[in-house]
Amino acid sequence: MNGAVLRFKPLNVGRYVTWGLFALVLVLAPVAFPQGFAITMMSQMGIWIIFALSYNMLLGQTGLLSFGHAVYSGLGAYFSIHVLNMIGAGAFAFPVTLLPLLGGLFGLLFGVLFGYVTTRKSGVAFAMISLGLGEMVFAASLMFPSFFGGEGGISANRMVGKPFLGITYGPAIQVYYLIAVWTFAAVAAMFALTRTPLGRIANAVRDNPERAEFVGYSTHMVRFLMFALSGFFAGLAGGLSAINYEIVAAESVSAQRSGGVLLAAYIGGVGFFFGPVIGAIVFTFFVVYIAGLTKAWLLYLGLFFMAIVMFAPGGIASIVLMNLNVAKHGLFGRLWKPYGWVAAAGLLAFLGFVAVVEMTYHLSDTGGGTMKLFGLSFEVKSLAPWLAALATLGAGGFLYRLAWNRFRGEWDDIQRIIAEKAP
Amino acid sequence: MSAAPAIELREVFKSFGKTQIIRGVNLAIGRGERHAIIGPNGAGKSTLFNLVSGRFPVSSGTICLNGADITGLKPYQINRRGLSRSFQITNIFHRMTVFENLRCAVLWSLGYRYSFWQAVNGLRDANERAAEVMEGIGLARRRDALAGLLSYAEQRALEIGITIAGGAEVILLDEPTAGMNRSEAAHAVDLIRRVTAGRTLVMVEHDMGVVFDLADRISVLVYGEVIATDAPAAIRANAAVQEAYLGTAANSH
Repeated sequence: MNGAVLRFKPLNVGRYVTWGLFALVLVLAPVAFPQGFAITMMSQMGIWIIFALSYNMLLGQTGLLSFGHAVYSGLGAYFSIHVLNMIGAGAFAFPVTLLPLLGGLFGLLFGVLFGYVTTRKSGVAFAMISLGLGEMVFAASLMFPSFFGGEGGISANRMVGKPFLGITYGPAIQVYYLIAVWTFAAVAAMFALTRTPLGRIANAVRDNPERAEFVGYSTHMVRFLMFALSGFFAGLAGGLSAINYEIVAAESVSAQRSGGVLLAAYIGGVGFFFGPVIGAIVFTFFVVYIAGLTKAWLLYLGLFFMAIVMFAPGGIASIVLMNLNVAKHGLFGRLWKPYGWVAAAGLLAFLGFVAVVEMTYHLSDTGGGTMKLFGLSFEVKSLAPWLAALATLGAGGFLYRLAWNRFRGEWDDIQRIIAEKAP
Repeated sequence: MSAAPAIELREVFKSFGKTQIIRGVNLAIGRGERHAIIGPNGAGKSTLFNLVSGRFPVSSGTICLNGADITGLKPYQINRRGLSRSFQITNIFHRMTVFENLRCAVLWSLGYRYSFWQAVNGLRDANERAAEVMEGIGLARRRDALAGLLSYAEQRALEIGITIAGGAEVILLDEPTAGMNRSEAAHAVDLIRRVTAGRTLVMVEHDMGVVFDLADRISVLVYGEVIATDAPAAIRANAAVQEAYLGTAANSH
């Protein structure tokens, strides 16, 4: 009896610590990064964390590859912004704080409506139908401008209703905390869902739908329920984005956004609950920060995605967990140096690559002239910078191969030691 | 209590395209009976299982479970009425742990349906039942191992565990000892005998040792027809069976 209690305790403590830290990070992030730019980006990260996790309820947990998930966040956002406008016009009173919940309910509604039909299929057929449905809703958004606002979208003012305890949602920081609270609640709810009978059976349906049918479960019903609930959380994210940007346009139901959420979830790692959280943060960083630095950001994102798919199909989460496992066995000390070499060589190759890409972009944009890169100013049409860039890329690539082989040897050796230790 | 058989097939036919696989099977299996279906390769044994468990629809005929017509029902509907089956090719939840596999197999039978408002770790009866089955199939020490990483014999045991975990009254086992060596097969037979005690068991099996050891009655299926159904001793003595199946099997051993 005593043993059981002792065995259980650390687990629960660990969980409280994890969730406590998560809450703490959400609360303190604006203190650490108080710049307006950072607040905007972190607000967006919160929205994308909810969106990517809701997507992973389908892909990672139920095995449904959707190419049209933006439909549910987008429609949740459209309905939210219309409600916001109605509140503003005095049609009725509703607290803005709870508006994301309405967005979620609209997401749920469309999840139920479209999900019942689409979840009859799985695999490739489901993926194709989701793509078609996404295109259909996107087309509709341009065909019915009275509701969707056409190209320009629908805009609103979020400062409506009576302020509550001085909260008007005027300042961006107040919106950040609104998003933070909803992010925490939604992440907790989605995590709890993985530990319910439906959550576990969804995994079973993902692994082996046929067997799930033979233990009494209708796979259609399981997929449908997961789809509808996923629609709810996507709609919630949509409601938050309506408040955050005060505008919703056709882009929010577009295939580009559906592809974006797939990228975010996959980069983070769909096999782990917290994977998409990491993915959402990295993805938003690319979309907001890197996009502000260079026009080639989409190219870098695409290459990054390809690198993950090819070299770490478990996503960033799997890389983190594998290294934690090494650390748990007290062997991480052996990796510092090899990692250092890999990082240094990788950085060199990366700099060379970035230089080539940026110079190419500059050349195609302006047809010549001087450009600035890494604090250097040079004529883009002269030979020297190209030679320097290509030489850096070549040398970096060569060193990277050497460093990687060395790292690989060390890594395999460590894995062998860990495997031998296992009972 | 009516004396309806646990499973009854009446004039069951099944064709794939123009090929007739099952050609008018009539079969009644009593409650609590341990029944083996034997026959040469391609006789339609697995197809018969797939028809009874709802994996394939019948072309014509009727299948009853405890006297109630189940023809045309979906697999999950048939399972909910108390019939559970295993597969010849291991059919488990590969990326889930042993314990999780078994827990998923008991959830519906305990009435948790599609609940998304209860924590699965708090479902005492489900956890106890899963642990009990895990103990019964001898996999307790592999509790947290991923099912896909188990040895073949362990996966076969898990396959049987998933099949019986829900407490179905009627159990269909499709070649439970396929691919096992002598001692593994003996172990499996012992396991099957224990976990199906008091239930109706129907099994397809190639290993005659296992069949004559376990079965109360045997049906011989040849080219989609049941040519004999009888007690093991009578089947062994049946001339038609010897000619069609056992004779060749006896010669080859």
